[in-house]
Amino acid sequence: MAVRPVDVVADVAEVHPAERWWAAVRDFCRRRPLGAIGAAVVALNILVALTANLIAPYDPLATDYGAMLARPSMAHWLGTDAYGRDVLSRILYGSRTAMIVGFACAFVGATVGAVIGVASAYFAGKLDLLIQRVMDIFLAFPLIILALAVVAILGTGMTNVILAITIPMIPRAALVTRSSALAIREMPYVDAARAAGFRHGRIILRHMLPNVMAPYLIMLTAFLGQAILLEASLSFLGLGVSEPTAAWGLMLRGAAVQFAETAPWMAIFPGFAISLAVFAFNLFGDSLRDALDPRLRTQ
Amino acid sequence: MIPTLLSVAVLVFFLMRIVPGDIVELRFAGESAFAQKENIDKERARLGLDQPLWKQFIGWMAGLLRFDFGVSMWTGAPISEEIRLRFALSLQLAIMATLVAIVLAIPLGVLAALKQDTWVDYVVRIFSIAGLATPSFWLGIVFILLLLIVFKWLPPMVYTPFWVNPIQNLAQLIWPALAVGYRYSAVATRMTRSAMLEVLREDYIRTARAKGLWEKLILSRHALKNAMLPVLTVIALEFAFLMGGLVVTEQVFNLNGLGMLFVDAVAHRDYTLTQALVLLVAFMFIFVNFLVDLAYAWIDPRIRFR
Repeated sequence: MAVRPVDVVADVAEVHPAERWWAAVRDFCRRRPLGAIGAAVVALNILVALTANLIAPYDPLATDYGAMLARPSMAHWLGTDAYGRDVLSRILYGSRTAMIVGFACAFVGATVGAVIGVASAYFAGKLDLLIQRVMDIFLAFPLIILALAVVAILGTGMTNVILAITIPMIPRAALVTRSSALAIREMPYVDAARAAGFRHGRIILRHMLPNVMAPYLIMLTAFLGQAILLEASLSFLGLGVSEPTAAWGLMLRGAAVQFAETAPWMAIFPGFAISLAVFAFNLFGDSLRDALDPRLRTQ
Repeated sequence: MIPTLLSVAVLVFFLMRIVPGDIVELRFAGESAFAQKENIDKERARLGLDQPLWKQFIGWMAGLLRFDFGVSMWTGAPISEEIRLRFALSLQLAIMATLVAIVLAIPLGVLAALKQDTWVDYVVRIFSIAGLATPSFWLGIVFILLLLIVFKWLPPMVYTPFWVNPIQNLAQLIWPALAVGYRYSAVATRMTRSAMLEVLREDYIRTARAKGLWEKLILSRHALKNAMLPVLTVIALEFAFLMGGLVVTEQVFNLNGLGMLFVDAVAHRDYTLTQALVLLVAFMFIFVNFLVDLAYAWIDPRIRFR
């Protein structure tokens, strides 16, 4: 009886996948405490974004002209802004904007980039060269400049901001995955897949893409932080999410700077929110990279 | 180098013109429809926008060959003049931020690598990750706030060239340089740390230690020199990005640099100025890349170009 590799694979997978997953998580926490802290803050941030409507003490859009620029107090923990809107509530709701933009941009950017990068490596030759040249053009500009250009073409608003941040990320993701995929292309299993007569799309998506998971995940987490920062920058310039939506970058704009001396809480707290969120994503992403990239392993 | 710049030029030229609404429509946006039609046509003819696209493109290219960027469609001033005014400020700020970054990054990165997995390493890593996470524009706001509240002093808001009054100039630019330099140093610190970690594991370091060489000498001559290549790359690329990418920080400190000029140009649909700036940013990036390649050969004799 010939060996049936399919059965072997099934056996391994059946040994309590949940338990193994838990073991991996526990191992990660034990070895990389900083990463675990980052992950916890990220989880908290997502939780806040999901439950903002339940935990926010006020409606983030409700103006109260009786309490304009109020100091932090028991009624308004982080004070109010120039329209008397509660800063804490706006920060809590702002995490929604940040998480939506962050996850949408990072996921689409990294995924589309990875597919392009792997395809470029797989097809090689002229197509590869052409894709590389096009990517080079995009890579010659700072992210923010490209994002501004896209906003100039499409206009402002949540969807356009997501597009504006995603598009410049694609070539960066493509560059990284391509270099990993170049090595994979020479693997015997890719040859085998080709010999078996699979279509190009299937080889790229089923055989090659899963094997660039490590750089993909590293990029995904790196992009999350960058996307949140970029969204804040664009909103701060008035070219991102528009009023009265609660967004951290938007909260730092206009009145926050104008009244900074008398009402510094308006300028301080939203900035902390941005920093903390991005910090947590980076901390987690860094530890994930150390764990996934064998070349950087310390032991 | 030339092909990339050329494709950037083609891309920006046609993208600008795909965007709905041109500079003329924007300028006459307030007027009534009747007065508009005639004026718009007249203005378009004056700016040469009534010409077929290929004619406009060839005209622009012919100018570029003679380093003539034309005049800004919005202000009417020569573009070389508009850029020259801002270039000094952006260049100075980029140099100052680079200095801040180098002074912070290299000692911290080396220290973290030497004390890997101790509390020193953790503190340096947290410091640098925080640098990546803090928006420079917010850090700028915090600097201004602290100066205002603690010292009751505001940095000057009008730009003075360095050679006119160095103190006035530095008093204004040191704050944005610090705000930007911190983030910039974070990138470089992380690169220094990981490059040092890699180099310290090399055989030649073990050999140097085995023959009883001074630890100081091993670090400076054997390790650091070899770890500098990737660090140099990130510093140089970051520098190129600083020249045009400081849009938001310039806004906070009210600096009239290239980033602000770019935002204005895009907002006004100033085709000629936007095209020139995009080419400038791309050129800077490609040129710095080229310099980095040259520096590689200079630092590492193993790399030689034929």
